[in-house]
Amino acid sequence: MSGNMNLTLKVWRQKNDKATGKLVTYPVKDISPDMSFLEMFDVLNEQLIVKGEEPIAFDHDCREGICGMCSMFINGQPHGPKRGVTTCQLHMRSFKDGDTIVVEPWRAAAFPVIKDLTVDRTAFDRIISKGGFISVNTGNAQDANNIPIPKPDADASFNAAACIGCGACVATCKNSSAMLFVSAKVSQLALLPQGRVEATARVKNMVAQMDEEGFGNCSNTGACEVECPKGISLENIARMNREYFTANIKE
Amino acid sequence: MSKLDSKIPEGKLEEKWEKYKSTVALVNPANKRSLEVIVVGSGLAGASAAASLAEMGYKVKCFCFQDSARRAHSIAAQGGINAAKNYQNDGDSTYRLFYDTVKGGDYRAREANVYRLASVSANIIDQCVAQGVPLAREYGGMLSNRSFGGTQVQRTFYAAGQTGQQLLLGAYSALQRQVGLGTIEMLPRHEMLEVVTIEGKARGVIARDLISGKLERHFGHAVLLCTGGYGNVFYLSTNAMGANVTAAWKAHKQGAFFGNPCFTQIHPTCIPVSGDHQSKLTLMSESLRNDGRIWVPKKQGDTRKANEIPEEERDYYLERRYPAFGNLVPRDVASRAAKERCDAGFGVGTSKMAVYLDFKAAIARYGHTHAIKLGTNNPTAEQLKKFGKEVVEEKYGNLFEMYEQITGENPYELPMRIYPAVHYTMGGLWVDYNLMTTVPGLYALGEANFSDHGANRLGASALMQGLADGYFVIPYTLGAYLSKEISVKAIPTTHEAFVEAEKNALAIIDKLFAIKGTKSVDHFHKALGKIMWNKCGMARNSTGLKEAIQEIKVLREEFWKDVLVPGSANELNPELEKAGRVADFLELGELMCMDALNRNESCGGHFREESQTEDGEAKRDDDNYSYVAAWENKGNNNYELHKEELVFDVVHPSQRSYK
Repeated sequence: MSGNMNLTLKVWRQKNDKATGKLVTYPVKDISPDMSFLEMFDVLNEQLIVKGEEPIAFDHDCREGICGMCSMFINGQPHGPKRGVTTCQLHMRSFKDGDTIVVEPWRAAAFPVIKDLTVDRTAFDRIISKGGFISVNTGNAQDANNIPIPKPDADASFNAAACIGCGACVATCKNSSAMLFVSAKVSQLALLPQGRVEATARVKNMVAQMDEEGFGNCSNTGACEVECPKGISLENIARMNREYFTANIKE
Repeated sequence: MSKLDSKIPEGKLEEKWEKYKSTVALVNPANKRSLEVIVVGSGLAGASAAASLAEMGYKVKCFCFQDSARRAHSIAAQGGINAAKNYQNDGDSTYRLFYDTVKGGDYRAREANVYRLASVSANIIDQCVAQGVPLAREYGGMLSNRSFGGTQVQRTFYAAGQTGQQLLLGAYSALQRQVGLGTIEMLPRHEMLEVVTIEGKARGVIARDLISGKLERHFGHAVLLCTGGYGNVFYLSTNAMGANVTAAWKAHKQGAFFGNPCFTQIHPTCIPVSGDHQSKLTLMSESLRNDGRIWVPKKQGDTRKANEIPEEERDYYLERRYPAFGNLVPRDVASRAAKERCDAGFGVGTSKMAVYLDFKAAIARYGHTHAIKLGTNNPTAEQLKKFGKEVVEEKYGNLFEMYEQITGENPYELPMRIYPAVHYTMGGLWVDYNLMTTVPGLYALGEANFSDHGANRLGASALMQGLADGYFVIPYTLGAYLSKEISVKAIPTTHEAFVEAEKNALAIIDKLFAIKGTKSVDHFHKALGKIMWNKCGMARNSTGLKEAIQEIKVLREEFWKDVLVPGSANELNPELEKAGRVADFLELGELMCMDALNRNESCGGHFREESQTEDGEAKRDDDNYSYVAAWENKGNNNYELHKEELVFDVVHPSQRSYK
């Protein structure tokens, strides 16, 4: 078909967490601009399988930009060159015929590689389990409209809650900091009256776990905000810092 | 004598659940600590069940195949969640929600289950808000609502176009809180491959650690399958790539009957297929039908661009055919109407298999109201358009962006092109009122069961059902069973039943590797999908279904002779995972066609061409088919049909009309 592209891919191959990895070159032909980046990988994998080679392992699931599972570091940028999208929403029309594309996994000490482009992000779950919640058991919650919330607060809370936990912020940060991820959850709950009750313990415990997991510190370069597919704002980091200082003063 | 006992409590419809709750047996806190519960799946049903049961004091293990519980596909639900709150004072009530759901399901759901669902719906909203789920609000600080298909009230709560995400993250937070407290052991990247039964009762699972490839044995006093639907049997669907039937199918092979497998929901508003490379379909939320108008050109084969077609040459066919509900008819009706227009040659786009969803009128209307709100006198046409776009962006911004990403077209300027796609499966494991399958101690929650949506699910009801089952139903009904199990000590996983089940799981893996054929797993999956979509999709007939059954048998044989699974079993191997899932889809597909063939009536999403009214609407046959078809697996792809007669004490089935 006209408009289709031939590309050269350089893909990180790594057998398992202990093996040493390397970039391997694969040519791909006749790629339609309407394909998503992952569909292009499906085509490549199909070729590898039929040739008797092992396909490339990569994480993906919903393929509509909301589950946060896909995680490719494309030409030095998490989720590739387009802003505001995940890898699964990146379409090949963002590339040109003849391009060479380098694809690597997220790289961070706290996200060890499992195989090829697949990494372990369970550190995020452990951070959430330290305070990314409101301690309310199931059952007898009061009527939802008994907690009026000003629309600007509700909207700001929602904007923070839009984080999909993909880890692009960590992958792009030169310090591998998880501040954007953690601050999004801290902000979502800190902005709501229901979440104020535990605000002090929440921010302290989540930050402590973040440090324990081996994520780096924040040096305010703002790369995370630029690369975040959901547009999570740096304001959240500022808010978390305020929450954290207040929490320490309270003590 | 049927083996099916739905265990619906005695008494008046509106009193059944209240009475059940106050009389059901309880388990005391000390005993709960020694009772173990396995939850498979961490979507809305699984996460809410795991969290609630752990809060109550049970020891819970929760499994998901994704890398984190937060990724479950509930996260992708866009539009909203229904609840009979009547915050809009528009006449809503528990009874109305119940009635709309039974009618929307084309009278193929159980009254008592649906009434319970409607009656706990309001509690779900309360629970989620208490958890910090940021649902949309009005300027006064109160929760906002919108309307959805098949209803005449505004009862849908939402969080922009990301309602499922926000509700799931709420349930996930509750789950992770329990993980932090040590009451839940979460096992991500684990796939359940067998249910272990001992003396007829479910006592655990065999799961594969997807990273190491190791098979693991896990004991539980009860097992809850919260594993979602099986729409991926069609290959192309709006489901996530990993969504599968394997857990439910293994349970089915262990004795759990499969209810109404042919009841599939084809969602009317999805982005059309663009080529052979397509791996999945993307939904455009039903909420768009609040404001978008659906049309095709009045002229067959019209090649003009949408904006060049004047108003009087457009056929707003839903408004024409269904004046009372217009663009908000239920999903099955809207899907069939789109297919009818495209089949008749009125379709649009390059493939001609699409219709328009147009926001021009909405942008104009909102422009005017917003100008008034802003106090702008004599706004220019430009200003009106700008205001209108702003309002539409606030309501549906992320959906419009998603559409533009995928198609490269701007839906603020050009109407969207949409076509129906497989979205949800109303069928699933047969369960009784307690959500227990025909295997004692084995439960199915959420989309994995068949129970509440009949032959068609109304929009914004899946989130409601998943959370109702997990937060508000299973915490009571599980106690009814476990209260009799308190003396059962944890069974060591060296028990022969575990050994045997693990052997079975391993045998399948070995068999898959041993084939060393020439074709990839996807090759077979795509071929199965084509058969299912063409012959067991939006319209079905006896000849096509019989052909499909034969074709699937042949394809299945070919799969087991010629599939190529690369790599090895003791590592992360996505191809092996897919192979196991497709092997199960190849069996399920045949059963779906058998069920569709057996049900010689049209109802809801199941449209048999032999059974339609003169104007092409679905025609039910209550005399012969007012039952749940529950299929028993007799081994070697043989099935026996059991029937659960549906009794309607309150709602009287009538020809569904949205005209």
